[in-house]
Amino acid sequence: MRPPLSMIAFTLLAGVAQGLLLCLVGWQMFAAPLMGELAAADAAAQQRWLLAGAAVVLALSGMGLVAATFHLGRPMRAWRAASQWRTSWLSREVIVLPAFMAVVAFWGWFTAQQAADAAISHQMRAVGSVAGFLALLLFLCTAMIYASVKAMRAWASPLTLVNFSLIGLASGTLLAAALAVVVGAGGVYGLVSGLAAHALVFVLAAAVTRGTTLWRNLNQPPKTTLQTAIGIRHPRIRQISQGAMGGSFNTREFFHGRGEAFTRGVRWAAALLGFVLPALVLGWANYTHSWTAGILVGAFLVQALGLLAERWSFFAEAEHTQNLYYQTVS
Amino acid sequence: MTQLALVIDLNTCVGCHACVTSCKQWNTSGSAGPLVDENPYDANPTGTFFNRVQTFEVGEYPNTQTVHFPKSCLHCEDPPCVPVCPTGASYKRESDGIVLVDHDKCIGCNYCAWACPYGVRELDEKRKVMTKCTLCVDRVHDEKLPESERKPACVLACPPGARLFGDVHDPDSEVSVAIRERGGYTLMPELGTMPANHYLPRRRTEIRTDPQQVVREENPLRVEGREPKVGKGAPLAADWEH
Repeated sequence: MRPPLSMIAFTLLAGVAQGLLLCLVGWQMFAAPLMGELAAADAAAQQRWLLAGAAVVLALSGMGLVAATFHLGRPMRAWRAASQWRTSWLSREVIVLPAFMAVVAFWGWFTAQQAADAAISHQMRAVGSVAGFLALLLFLCTAMIYASVKAMRAWASPLTLVNFSLIGLASGTLLAAALAVVVGAGGVYGLVSGLAAHALVFVLAAAVTRGTTLWRNLNQPPKTTLQTAIGIRHPRIRQISQGAMGGSFNTREFFHGRGEAFTRGVRWAAALLGFVLPALVLGWANYTHSWTAGILVGAFLVQALGLLAERWSFFAEAEHTQNLYYQTVS
Repeated sequence: MTQLALVIDLNTCVGCHACVTSCKQWNTSGSAGPLVDENPYDANPTGTFFNRVQTFEVGEYPNTQTVHFPKSCLHCEDPPCVPVCPTGASYKRESDGIVLVDHDKCIGCNYCAWACPYGVRELDEKRKVMTKCTLCVDRVHDEKLPESERKPACVLACPPGARLFGDVHDPDSEVSVAIRERGGYTLMPELGTMPANHYLPRRRTEIRTDPQQVVREENPLRVEGREPKVGKGAPLAADWEH
């Protein structure tokens, strides 16, 4: 596949936003009640973190939504895309994303109405649950768009869903920790240390599943071959002409046109910047308890760069079955 | 239920691209709007085509065969491109099984082209909507045309008659008989798309030569023992018979 910039941006931005939102509601619903009474200043800082987080979630998913429309040939007709939710995961995503944003906005507004040091109410819990559920549902929709395409075996696997979710959680959790330090909520007992520890776990888990996926994509023998593609059972078939010499939609859309060295370089960049380096930094910060804004924001930016490479590789790894018909120009 | 489809005889196709040009001519002139051509007279001409003829070489030199392979939408019975469409622009007609795109609903997201394993859908770079073979839906049902012309443009254009058109669900149709009796097969059967279009395989063509034809025992012109004599230094006459 040719990696479309709009889809790289959308899947990454939305993934970070979903991961961040899950951290916010997870802390608010499950962790904060366990941490006991907070000092007034810390309660205010925690409130600030939740509200800033909601704003960042909305900004990131809004940017993702805008990026996604750049993928369309006819963006003015995008509203029609909500109609086929019975069969199309893309249509389901088109419904779930705005719903997610609306609920997050409501959740942020509702959180702002609560007193900073009040215990969480049942209503707050309900709104947070719906927001968290929609974040998880959005992971499912986004991943299934790719995992349901049988023509691309690299994607047609449950690992796609696992990777999208874990990478979204890893980057979202790291951003949540960085944001907490930036807005001055570093003093809230257990907040930054808990988030950083979770971020490390998610980064390591994502590295394992994404690495497994890469190994699978590079090593599994293809099910569809040139023999089944043209129906001639002969071990030696060579293409002489593909019917057009100036290229076609098929050659532009389904080939990234980069050499082996480039794709391997991207994979190494993804592995080092997206997983190894953030894991080392997080591990070191967790060990020495040095969660400064510089370290966490820096780790997040390095990870973002690495995930950009990871997502490029995600598209580039997908070898479409139609490529069998386009091996030789003439 | 009717399922219209093409049956393409790879044993007959000569790779002349007449189906490609006639398809382009008919479909660029239709009500759906022109099919784009970028740099038609330039170095890298490209454009939207519903049909392409590709060529493959099978075997190892010197025992090779050249196979010309026309490729267009296969109008699958279970088309993977239809359920993925978020707008419902991509659909399969109940009445005749043709897979079509509603150009007024298409948002140009390319998702159907990703889902199609055969790469037969092309985004029109000018109109920014997905286009594909319509099986000349604006010809095959047109009662103003004489019945013999109610066929896709590619079928009418094919000089050696390698393309058959008909209802593959009718067991007595020309296409069903051809599939049954000449070993018709589908592409990428392992993907479960159940293409309606079928291909007829290459057949072995042998030239049988009778030994008698070589020796010409029964040749009435052969008269034993009365061959012209070859004189010393004279040119060899009558090397028409040895």
